[in-house]
Amino acid sequence: MVQPLGYLKESASQTAGPYVHIGLTPNFAEITGVYPVDLGTAMVNDRTQGERITVTGQVIDGSGTPLRDALIEIWQADAAGLYNSPSEMRGSADPNFTGWGRCPCDLATGEYRFETIKPGRVPFKDGRLMAPHISFWIVARGINLGLNTRMYFSDEAAANAEDPVLARVEHRVRVPTLIAIRDGSTYRFDIHLQGDRETVFFDI
Amino acid sequence: MSDLSNKKPETGAFFGRDRSQHPPAYTPGYKTSVLRSPQKALLSLDGTVSEITGPVFGHSILGELDNDLIHNFAKSGESAIGERIIVHGRVLDERARPVPGALIEFWQANAGGRYRHKKESYLAALDPNFGGCGRTITDENGYYIFRTVKPGAYPWPNGVNDWRPAHIHFSIFGHGFAQRLITQMYFEGDPMIWKCPIVQTIPDRAAIEQLVAALDWSATIPMDARAYKFDIVLRGRRSTLFENRLEGN
Repeated sequence: MVQPLGYLKESASQTAGPYVHIGLTPNFAEITGVYPVDLGTAMVNDRTQGERITVTGQVIDGSGTPLRDALIEIWQADAAGLYNSPSEMRGSADPNFTGWGRCPCDLATGEYRFETIKPGRVPFKDGRLMAPHISFWIVARGINLGLNTRMYFSDEAAANAEDPVLARVEHRVRVPTLIAIRDGSTYRFDIHLQGDRETVFFDI
Repeated sequence: MSDLSNKKPETGAFFGRDRSQHPPAYTPGYKTSVLRSPQKALLSLDGTVSEITGPVFGHSILGELDNDLIHNFAKSGESAIGERIIVHGRVLDERARPVPGALIEFWQANAGGRYRHKKESYLAALDPNFGGCGRTITDENGYYIFRTVKPGAYPWPNGVNDWRPAHIHFSIFGHGFAQRLITQMYFEGDPMIWKCPIVQTIPDRAAIEQLVAALDWSATIPMDARAYKFDIVLRGRRSTLFENRLEGN
């Protein structure tokens, strides 16, 4: 016999289900008067530093159909590459940028949309800089455990080429699934759950 | 949670996720998962600063009735119909340490098993005094509490006669984006738990039992509300003490 380690087990995930909006975006679900606003709606304000961008796209299932009941959260650094978090030890992030957004996909089109800023670069564990990226977390009916992935930027080819995380994608043909395409100030990032274009999802 | 603790924030990476605790993506008994389940291997990534950090929600976002589902949607002087219950417990991490400052959001059907949602088609009645959402933030001991009515069971289109056991959905923010979790709480003694295709997506019986809240007789308020205790465990993280970390992470 040895001493027990005493660790607990993480609570098991269960699907967010079709009515996730009731809990996470009640105003969007037309349950008004409970919270003044839905959390995660506004990431920026007039004083936020950095280049204003729009990130939009759809979550697409294995039949090619967009999910109309998914919900996405994103988490990103500010324009200087700092996270607005107590665990950020490298400095103080822009107080006018939350870094966190939450958006339900449109009930008719399945489109999601975030008004945000382009993040700065943040270091990998060994100190090398990662390319600018936004962390995504996707939940929906039929998704048993929230899916994690990252969005990179098509106009950051040099940084992407030296990014230590992208470098770990063994099948290089899949790297483009992580790169949003720029059109003006809008980046399009579609997330494919299955198929030839299945997005690279992360076990983080 | 800086207003709750003088302790230095933790910056270690999270333990690798024990996926044997969780449902796999592809669970054909739950039909919707079939076309929504990634089929390729996940890319494993030990946490960088992007994963170990996360947003913080101050208690200032909370309204007085946010953790009272019996009243937070009800007309003045009225209340939701159903069995009055208290749900309380702690948010811990895998090291059994409390997680203070954790935002918990919850949502549920009303006492008749009906959700207030435009995509909902069950014939059970809406309760005009029940919205079905609430939220709270854990205190310095990781403790939370809210009041609601016990949700009803309801049928759903999967098999021809599938019913969900009574449950409350929970969304939890820990301290890092990699701790993000959505789960469901079930009620002790409900025989329908073991018939549910969504519950059955979890391969491990003990992991299912960990989602079943215990009737907590001691915390029950006489002549008012019964109590259920539901502890939630988020991922633990490593100490950075002995890690040779470069400056900046």
